[in-house]
Amino acid sequence: MNIIVCVKQVLDPDIPPAKFKVDSASKQVVPPEGIPPVINPYDAQAVELALRLKEKQGGKITVLTVGSDGADKAVKYAISMGADDGFVLSDEVFEGSDSFSMAYILSKAVEKIGEYDLVLCGRQAADWDEGLVGSIIAESLGTSLVTLAEDAEVVDEGLKVKRVTLDGYQAFIVPTPAVVTVSNEVGQARLPSGLGIISAARRQIPVWKAADTGIDPSLVGSAAARRKLFALSVPARERKCEIIEGETPAEAATKLAERLREAGAI
Amino acid sequence: MAENKGILICGEVVDGKLAAITAELLGAGKKLSAELEQPLGALLIGKDIEEVAQETIGLGADRAYTIDGPAFLDSLPDLYVALIAAACEKLQPSVVILGQTDMGRDVAPRLAAKLKTTAVLDCVGLEIDPETRALLQTRPVYGGNATAVWVTESQPQIATLRPRSVMAAESDTSRTGEIEPLPIVVEDSAIKGKLVETVKTEVEGIKLEDAKVIVAGGGGIGGPEGFEKLRELASLLGGTVGVTRVPCDEGWLPLTMEIGQTGRIVGPDLYIAVGISGAPQHMAGCSGSKCIVTINKDPDANLFKESNFGIVGDYKQVMPAFIEKCRELLSS
Repeated sequence: MNIIVCVKQVLDPDIPPAKFKVDSASKQVVPPEGIPPVINPYDAQAVELALRLKEKQGGKITVLTVGSDGADKAVKYAISMGADDGFVLSDEVFEGSDSFSMAYILSKAVEKIGEYDLVLCGRQAADWDEGLVGSIIAESLGTSLVTLAEDAEVVDEGLKVKRVTLDGYQAFIVPTPAVVTVSNEVGQARLPSGLGIISAARRQIPVWKAADTGIDPSLVGSAAARRKLFALSVPARERKCEIIEGETPAEAATKLAERLREAGAI
Repeated sequence: MAENKGILICGEVVDGKLAAITAELLGAGKKLSAELEQPLGALLIGKDIEEVAQETIGLGADRAYTIDGPAFLDSLPDLYVALIAAACEKLQPSVVILGQTDMGRDVAPRLAAKLKTTAVLDCVGLEIDPETRALLQTRPVYGGNATAVWVTESQPQIATLRPRSVMAAESDTSRTGEIEPLPIVVEDSAIKGKLVETVKTEVEGIKLEDAKVIVAGGGGIGGPEGFEKLRELASLLGGTVGVTRVPCDEGWLPLTMEIGQTGRIVGPDLYIAVGISGAPQHMAGCSGSKCIVTINKDPDANLFKESNFGIVGDYKQVMPAFIEKCRELLSS
């Protein structure tokens, strides 16, 4: 089974909130110093699902990412987890692309690779949290789609995928080729092996420019974006916290219960 | 092409009843309808839904549109994408709002692709820019670390609304409006695949979304055993227990109990957070709580900044006395 996984490099979502800064004037996030970007955790889980499928079915896992300098790190990370191959899609004209353009860029690369049974994406990127790209890739490729997958297995008629719902799950059987977006319910992504890290480090990840995959430059970049950022800010949602103290933890606990009673909370 | 006009909300029918999100969508839609001075339509898909369609009129819709079809969870999402896209093509609304629900989060992106526009998901605020008349779509980004306001430059402007982020519309049964069935036929080729089963996990006790009191535990609890004390407190206060991502990742408790950006969105009167650091991704699910209490041994835990009351201390030492005092206060 040939699987293509789309990954993105993002600001580490686990940074302490105090280190997170935006420049409201330029409407940009200020990357914190000394904290390297990471592969989007949902995308790492998509790689994980791909590896589980490959372990059962055999086949090949190819990783795609869109980005400029350093974007190959996300591909290399996926290779160090066990993916076989990868490409970086990079071109000046991609700057400022929205999710629709991103999906178009990725779809063109998927078409260039040609033989594929499954395209996997994380449910959303942990930076802008848009949750659009995977679904739109399915639309542009004209394939079947299942979003928010917690599990997938190959069956006679194609692929059986479980989709997470608020109160349980739905199971679908969809024909291949299919696009599946992967939810965190899939479970933790494996860590790269030592050998994987060494072999990934040695790899040169090929870069495809717009012309390499036949991309129409008028459909990408900020000029083609269907939405624009109007404002960006850090929410002020601080409350005034009354710290309850006591000689012992038990005394503080007793006081807390009394304060909550006074405040009408219990 | 004619100019798009009007606001269309895509309501939801569950077990023959109007789902709670529908009144919230109508609450948001009514405000936009007044700001834009354009009519508000409500679209519902289901079987025999005349009566629930009438309810949407009472809740503020000027016109209700019904499509005969199965419940969302009993069908392939492809069907809903095709039905709603066809309805939008016919009605040409300027604004389309869905809930950020099982249905909306799946349908909205593909609906946008089919209508050659975009969608802004998981909005917590929607308003009309008085100058440009564009829809300002406010949503958390970067896991809740920041708030972005997006403007869509194509038509229709499609957004999904996070549950419990706006006030639900109140019903006025004296309101009148027409109910218009939309006869839409979906080609078989639009449906790629089939539904095998829909499984609903029954939750024991009170649902997190309905709970007035939630006692939530995070990585600081240290293991599944620690939750016993949290359950004891929750049951004493007539509430239920929730968790952050860490206890789920560690396998202590199921993901169905997770509160946060990718889990459940809750808004209890009292939220007691035990051993929770307060990552923005978690706060996204609980910041609507009326009163937040934090018990954490790390004085620098982010959650203290977003709490009303706090104790810096080890929960194992704090909880027994706290439970005892609560019991005493509640029985007096």
